[in-house]
Amino acid sequence: MNTSRPIRAVALAAALVTAAGLTACSGGDDDGKITLSVGLFGDFGFGPLYEEYSELHPEIEFEERIAEFADHHTNLTTHLATGSGAADIEAVEVGYISQYTAQPDRFHNLLDLGADELEGQWLDWKWQQALSADGESLIGLGTDVGGMAMCYRRDLFEAAGLPVERDEVSALWAGSWVDYVAVGEQYTADTGGFFFESSGNMFRAMVEQAEEGVYDREDNLIVESNPAIGEAWDLTVDAIEAGMSNRLTAWTPEWNAGFNEGTFATIICPAWMTSYIETNAPDAAGLWDIATVPGGAGNMGGSHLVLPEQGEHAEEAYEFIEWLTAPEQQLKVFEATGNFPSTPELYEDPALTGLSKTYFNEAPVGEIFTAAAQAVQPQYQGPLQGDVLATIGQGLGRIEDGSQSPEDAWSQVLSDLESF
Amino acid sequence: MTIAAKGTGARGGPAGLLRYRLDLKASPYLYIAPFFVLFAVFGLFPLAFTAWVSTHEWSLLSDDHVFVGFGNYTTLLTDPYFWNALGNTMSILLLATVPQLLAALLLAHLLTMRLRAQTFWRMGMLLPNVASVVAVAVIFSQLFGRDFGLINWVLESLGAGRIDWQAGSATSHIAIAVMVAWKWTGYNALIYLAAMQAVPREVYEAAHLDGASRMQQLFHVTVPMIRPTIVFTVIVSTIYGLQIFAEPQLFGGGGQNGVTGGASRQFQTLTLYLYEHGFNRGFEFGYASAVAWTMFAVIVLVALLNYLFIRRIRSAS
Repeated sequence: MNTSRPIRAVALAAALVTAAGLTACSGGDDDGKITLSVGLFGDFGFGPLYEEYSELHPEIEFEERIAEFADHHTNLTTHLATGSGAADIEAVEVGYISQYTAQPDRFHNLLDLGADELEGQWLDWKWQQALSADGESLIGLGTDVGGMAMCYRRDLFEAAGLPVERDEVSALWAGSWVDYVAVGEQYTADTGGFFFESSGNMFRAMVEQAEEGVYDREDNLIVESNPAIGEAWDLTVDAIEAGMSNRLTAWTPEWNAGFNEGTFATIICPAWMTSYIETNAPDAAGLWDIATVPGGAGNMGGSHLVLPEQGEHAEEAYEFIEWLTAPEQQLKVFEATGNFPSTPELYEDPALTGLSKTYFNEAPVGEIFTAAAQAVQPQYQGPLQGDVLATIGQGLGRIEDGSQSPEDAWSQVLSDLESF
Repeated sequence: MTIAAKGTGARGGPAGLLRYRLDLKASPYLYIAPFFVLFAVFGLFPLAFTAWVSTHEWSLLSDDHVFVGFGNYTTLLTDPYFWNALGNTMSILLLATVPQLLAALLLAHLLTMRLRAQTFWRMGMLLPNVASVVAVAVIFSQLFGRDFGLINWVLESLGAGRIDWQAGSATSHIAIAVMVAWKWTGYNALIYLAAMQAVPREVYEAAHLDGASRMQQLFHVTVPMIRPTIVFTVIVSTIYGLQIFAEPQLFGGGGQNGVTGGASRQFQTLTLYLYEHGFNRGFEFGYASAVAWTMFAVIVLVALLNYLFIRRIRSAS
């Protein structure tokens, strides 16, 4: 009796595993249906659109795989190199797109699949970002763009004796980032609270606004020689030394909690960030509002959908992403999530420009982000853009936690970048 | 089978005899062959191939593999970040293993006493070990959170003040060591318990008659008697401890800090260092393979030192 029990347990486990294996197999193409796999980082709000598309095309089914941001791109690179494992459709964030346009033969060329007729549909720079260097192949279609704004906590601003209405708040730092830091110094000195969540994010926003970022057009790293980067670094260091940073790392639980608890007063808000705040801080409804970002327009984030060459259903997948990135569908995504469309046709459309968000105290998000997207001057993104910015962000992190002086942190950043 | 073989031998003359001899000699090897074939395919070949790759500049992103001899190893040994990672790994190993094995010994000792619901306590020991490493790391990372972590909340209500566990070297090593110890203490305790139950009762009775206390019995009777088991756990814990990956990776919160073990690399372990080079931007498999082989050497060396150390304790007692 005693000995038979473990044996029975093993047999049961084996049966379960077999059953699971069989169910997994039955999802294949044997019933004439095609399953398109879609690899994303985070929820892109595509859920209802899969259903809508499957109603139009009953033979297509979808399987969504969501991974964490950095893992998603690492996995994609590995899968491309090894020639298997990638989804039919993969999302690529703008910080990684140049890394993939440098190897266009690993992707289906969308120009051959019908995209050549659609060029005018997207913002010109969004289209350019997915083109290979020789302009012969297009690896992805644009989803959203991340024109920047500045989200702020009305309750914290009021408590600090600062204006709370969004126009007045925008006017506080209309001059430049120097004004923003000055307001923050005042805020921190008066209340003892933190003005923003992480210095790396502020630094990145300033860099994205510059004419040239961390790479020049020949893909040389210009971190050391670009004066815009030096200025952004110095100003960020000033802000850190004034104690304005909450020293949070993006996407950690502590960072998430900060939105709800109100541990910081402002955060740089590309359009996609608004949906993130809304879902992460349901208790803070009405407390957040949106003003303009200091220092002019700039783009932070935004994605493309690419079709890895190893995918077998190129035509079906292309047809789907063409439909998905068309203005009508981008508008639906914006309404549902806040990810801002990359198709300028919509920027005249009252359905977009007239949209406001109750969560953000009825802020006219349509109007704010349309203005932001239209003003963006495209910046060239080099192959390791995301990694370079992360390395500099770590340098700022070392100043924040007091383990290095600004000078030492900067020289370590430069020596770390030498290995890139 | 022997009977069948004899049968053929009788009928087939010398040829049958040969087959019988062959059967007798070769069969045992055939029976154990599956293990060795699998080991060769999944163990030996990857090991040798990694050694081969480690002598090349071999990136996953490029199809050219340039032979560089020991170039990767020289770069590795001159990289201060490698030595930093080695130091961190050793520090976490010590912090995790020493208290863990001592606690396991004490727990096992307690479990040998007469307790109510003995099976419950013994099974309970194993529960932390059943939990997935990732779940453990995620939950402990939250407990050790700076702003909203339970541990800081307790510290603060005791008036001790908050600690930014992630920012410092020592604090982050302690946090990671706690995760490892929590998962493995019970497991080691059960192994010790099994060994302790094999110690003859007469020895304890004799010690008891001589007036030895419970604690004296533990250190002067039990420990010397279960020495081979202690050697085993020390070596296994060392091997595991030198390969810690998920705990620091998740403690870093994903993204770049998870790869480098914090902004100052304050808790980057050897495996994280390997991961940073092999599965991050450059996908430098050649260099990562060199790290893997160096790690192998380090593990053999440390395990050997530990073994000699434990043996010294034996001869002292």
